[in-house]
Amino acid sequence: MRRVDAMNSVYPELERCVVVTIMGAVAAELQSLGHRPNFFYLQHAMGLASSMGLGIALSRPELTVVVFDGDGSVLMNLGGLTTLARYRPSNLVHVVFDNESLLSVGGFPTATSTGSDIAGIAAAAGVPRTATVRTVEEFRNAFADAIAAPELTTIVAKVEAVGPSAYVTDLSLLENRYQFQRYLRDVGKTSS
Amino acid sequence: MPVSVSSSKLIYECLKESGVRMVSALPETWLVHLIRFAEEDQEMTLVRLAKEEEGVGISAGAHLAGVRSAMLMQNHGFLASVNGIVSCAQLYRIPLLMLISHRGEMGERDPWQTEGGGVTEHVLEALRIQHARLESPDHVGRRIAKAQTLAYSASRPVALLLCRDLMWEE
Repeated sequence: MRRVDAMNSVYPELERCVVVTIMGAVAAELQSLGHRPNFFYLQHAMGLASSMGLGIALSRPELTVVVFDGDGSVLMNLGGLTTLARYRPSNLVHVVFDNESLLSVGGFPTATSTGSDIAGIAAAAGVPRTATVRTVEEFRNAFADAIAAPELTTIVAKVEAVGPSAYVTDLSLLENRYQFQRYLRDVGKTSS
Repeated sequence: MPVSVSSSKLIYECLKESGVRMVSALPETWLVHLIRFAEEDQEMTLVRLAKEEEGVGISAGAHLAGVRSAMLMQNHGFLASVNGIVSCAQLYRIPLLMLISHRGEMGERDPWQTEGGGVTEHVLEALRIQHARLESPDHVGRRIAKAQTLAYSASRPVALLLCRDLMWEE
């Protein structure tokens, strides 16, 4: 499965969610599918996308928050999985695209290439629902289940180590940040 | 344990007065009362961390979602958070209020704390993070309010150092 195909398969559902991604291929590929004001791309601070998602999910329980994480980022903040599990916000879906490598900096293999199992680590940390998926269809189904489930879910999607040709996009970091903040401010007014 | 309850209470009340409704924290001796107050307060969301840097991401998310937050940590936790502060809070202009217990200054008896005390302010300066020392109860209210004001007007992190003379009664 290619990551961009996995994201494309759930793209229509993302319109109703708040989405936080990591940097690199995930951010560039989601933008290639079409940026929306409810998408925030954390273009550095590896490991903290899931922490940002937790901060949003706890602050705004009425919203559904989706984090698009990666194996390299999760491995930099494994303790964060225990914090996610501790507060287990039911409105958070944590997706980890696992290509077993640090693709954007040359493809160096991560520890998932030698057997570290992120879904197993998440489950052992206390995340109530976990899944590992290997096809786009499995991903789409697991994602739909996770959105519907009244519990925190971590989905590990095993993807090919292929990415976009470029990582820098036209969207400036601060433009994204302020647009996203305004979205979060206004979405409360329209839904209440 | 001679951690000042009255100073902790004052700090906590001033934090609430400045609009803080979420606190992320990692326990350390000087912060025990502050963390307990947050835990017992129905109006406050306390997020207990595994490592301090997570708190930067949590505060950034809370800020964008419209909730004021603060980080409670030891200076060694601040030192452990530097990448998150630079590449999340500074890069994305997040008004991040950090309350840092300033261990390792004069009077410190724990040998393991003594390196951090000498470098914390230098690291804050290197990061261009404005900071103030809270050394007595008179400092607390005004400096917390001013720190919040600057954090929001500048959209940057600010730091308040909780110092021995305020936090420790011997």
